[in-house]
Amino acid sequence: MKAKVYVMLKQGVLDPQGEAVRHALGALGFDGVEGVRQGKVIELDLAEGTTEATVKEMCEKLLANTVIESYRIEM
Amino acid sequence: MHAAVIVFPGSNCDRDLAVAFEKAGAKVSMVWHKDTELPAGVDIVGIPGGFSFGDYLRCGAIAANSPICQSVVRHAERGGYALGICNGFQVLTETGLLPGALRRNANLKYICKPVKLRVEACDTVYLKGYEPGQEITIPIAHHDGNYYVDDAKLAQLKDEGRIAFTYVDNPNGSVADIAGVVSKNRRVLGMMPHPERMAEPAHGGTDGRAMFEGLMDALATA
Repeated sequence: MKAKVYVMLKQGVLDPQGEAVRHALGALGFDGVEGVRQGKVIELDLAEGTTEATVKEMCEKLLANTVIESYRIEM
Repeated sequence: MHAAVIVFPGSNCDRDLAVAFEKAGAKVSMVWHKDTELPAGVDIVGIPGGFSFGDYLRCGAIAANSPICQSVVRHAERGGYALGICNGFQVLTETGLLPGALRRNANLKYICKPVKLRVEACDTVYLKGYEPGQEITIPIAHHDGNYYVDDAKLAQLKDEGRIAFTYVDNPNGSVADIAGVVSKNRRVLGMMPHPERMAEPAHGGTDGRAMFEGLMDALATA
């Protein structure tokens, strides 16, 4: 089975990389890009029966730094 | 004073840090990340700069979960001293021993240059060799040194006098110009600048030496 974990900087934490992407899009002539947030996607190949609770524990312990990042799990 | 310097794959300031401790008169043990226990009698653990585990996932995240770091956390929780410099600071925030996190520099650039720091009025052995308000020049070399804490935590750090160093000209976007903070018991210091790279005349300056000498004075009898 597979799980996907989406890790993003929390709202309110400035994302300098997202800002740089926003500027670059503006420079390419894409008007109206009001905000860009950049995150990461982590794909997990898991043994059958692995619970979402276990994946949540993985996120809390390692995959996300909850001081600055939020995460979302898709199983 | 017995110092242990942790060596991760990708550490690149471990020897510099060991030399700085040694020149201040400390006995130094180099400790490999797969070791599960610190050597007996260690007073202070140094977590060096570099790119532990290639900065994969997040800077310091993998190192913070390595076997030796669990021993470092136990050492700190027992009241032991720990000094994390650059990547070591990132590791200490990832373990939770220090508050906050280090984000990508605001200008997205890797910055490697000497910067001016202000020594803050922070009561800790690490600053015994300095005067509050003193300005010193110490090099930085990092891509992810943009310190973040939320407003509530920042207020707490200020109230408790736990900000050790601030940048005179903030190079990386850090909240409140913070370059280094200490733990609640003041025995764990994390800082992005590299005092061990400014400890001998051949380095171009010696402003970092006072940290190691001050530590030695304070811990020699401990």
